[in-house]
Amino acid sequence: MTHPATMQSDNESMFRILHAIFQRDLRVYFRTRGAWLNPLIFVLLVITLFTLGIGPDVKQLALNATAIIWVVALLGIMLSLDALFRSDYEDGTLEQLLLSPRPLYFAIIGKVAAHWLVTGLPMLLASPLFALMLGIPISIVPLLALGLFLGSGILSFIGAIGAAVTVSLQTGGLLIALIILPLYVPVIIFGAGLLQYALEGWSVVAPLMMLSGLLCAAVVLAPLAIGAGLKISMDS
Amino acid sequence: MANWQWFHRLGSPKWLLAKLDRWLPWLLGLGLLVLIVALVWGLAFVPPDYKQGNSFRIMYIHVPTAVVALAAYYVMAVAGAVAMIWRMKVADMVMRAIAPVGAALTFLALVTGAIWGKPTWGAYWVWQDARLTSMLILFFLYLGVMALYDAYNNRRNGNRAAAVVALAGTVNIPIIYKSVDWWSSLHQPASIKFTEQSAIASEMLQPLLLAIIGTYFVFAAMVILQLRLQIVLGEGRSNWLAEYATNKLR
Repeated sequence: MTHPATMQSDNESMFRILHAIFQRDLRVYFRTRGAWLNPLIFVLLVITLFTLGIGPDVKQLALNATAIIWVVALLGIMLSLDALFRSDYEDGTLEQLLLSPRPLYFAIIGKVAAHWLVTGLPMLLASPLFALMLGIPISIVPLLALGLFLGSGILSFIGAIGAAVTVSLQTGGLLIALIILPLYVPVIIFGAGLLQYALEGWSVVAPLMMLSGLLCAAVVLAPLAIGAGLKISMDS
Repeated sequence: MANWQWFHRLGSPKWLLAKLDRWLPWLLGLGLLVLIVALVWGLAFVPPDYKQGNSFRIMYIHVPTAVVALAAYYVMAVAGAVAMIWRMKVADMVMRAIAPVGAALTFLALVTGAIWGKPTWGAYWVWQDARLTSMLILFFLYLGVMALYDAYNNRRNGNRAAAVVALAGTVNIPIIYKSVDWWSSLHQPASIKFTEQSAIASEMLQPLLLAIIGTYFVFAAMVILQLRLQIVLGEGRSNWLAEYATNKLR
């Protein structure tokens, strides 16, 4: 039998660690110039390059816009994830986190959430700009933003698994891509499908529900794998 | 009461290596025998398909490789789970042994699928077929797991990291398959259809089932070959291995 008082303190410690890590990471991000800006610049840059490659024809651009936006958002988040655990790994913070009696699971959720806030959220806010650049009608922008909100969350949580198992390796970036990109398949299908449906004027309920479901599953399950990955990385 | 000792002994590389050496010729021989019978039966004696003519016969290679390649990923992931939960050295080695064999089978399934696609669909690669696309993703999943092994200098940690990734992939495989299925039916109505798989004639089915069984055996033999290598690489410095090798050469 668990005493009610200890149960409450358990609950408290879960959310306290989540909150503490979340706040600490946010503070670190905000003190690092470019932490939130660089992924966004990357995304805008790649969209520009795509545009230059495809040509100035707006119709042609709009045809490819759904794929471009999602592939670029996916790459931006994935590349920024390489740094998610790296500095903590190097300065020993990660070791303290693993040794701490507080639940690692919630610490990880706090870390990934903070990371999402500085990478996923700016992309979401910049989505009208993406739409403008690629010739997507403004009426679809709210859906685009909603899709990016759900999708970037999934991408952050799944990608963090790759970051966790590769943090102790020198050759991080490319390896994360090899491991994680196959797992991103559902996100790009439903994310781009959402836009496609919206452009065709069909009901978008199905892809939205799929993305929401995937996000729930990723938030619940991915921290387990991330935790296991971090423990392995700490051993080596 | 049944004697379960043999099961615990599987966890000992020393005991396992001796067993593997005994099993290998039987598994390989039996597998090759069954496979040859099935292939000769399927390729030479089954009547041609009324629509596809003789080109359907590549099915006797394509379907078994695809079936076993998919099953192999799950065996690999289960071995990874066992390794993570019970910290069994041998389970790590099994996982590592399966990855290249599974990747090779997936590659074979992709190539034979493309070859079969040309006369049937008129193109080597048809994105509308969800199975083809999912197999490609499976191939990439295998490659990712193998890349992770190679990136770690420490074999044990590489194994454990790969186990995590393999398990994450396992959760994803059904989702990937369903989403690709959904995707391929969304973009354009399928202009090309697979021949009805369920309506396969029993005289065509029998050699196919035999070929699948044979492929499983050969797969097991290939994994054993890899597993022996993994045991030698993983236990390279231990005394029993030197003893075993000397005894064997004597």
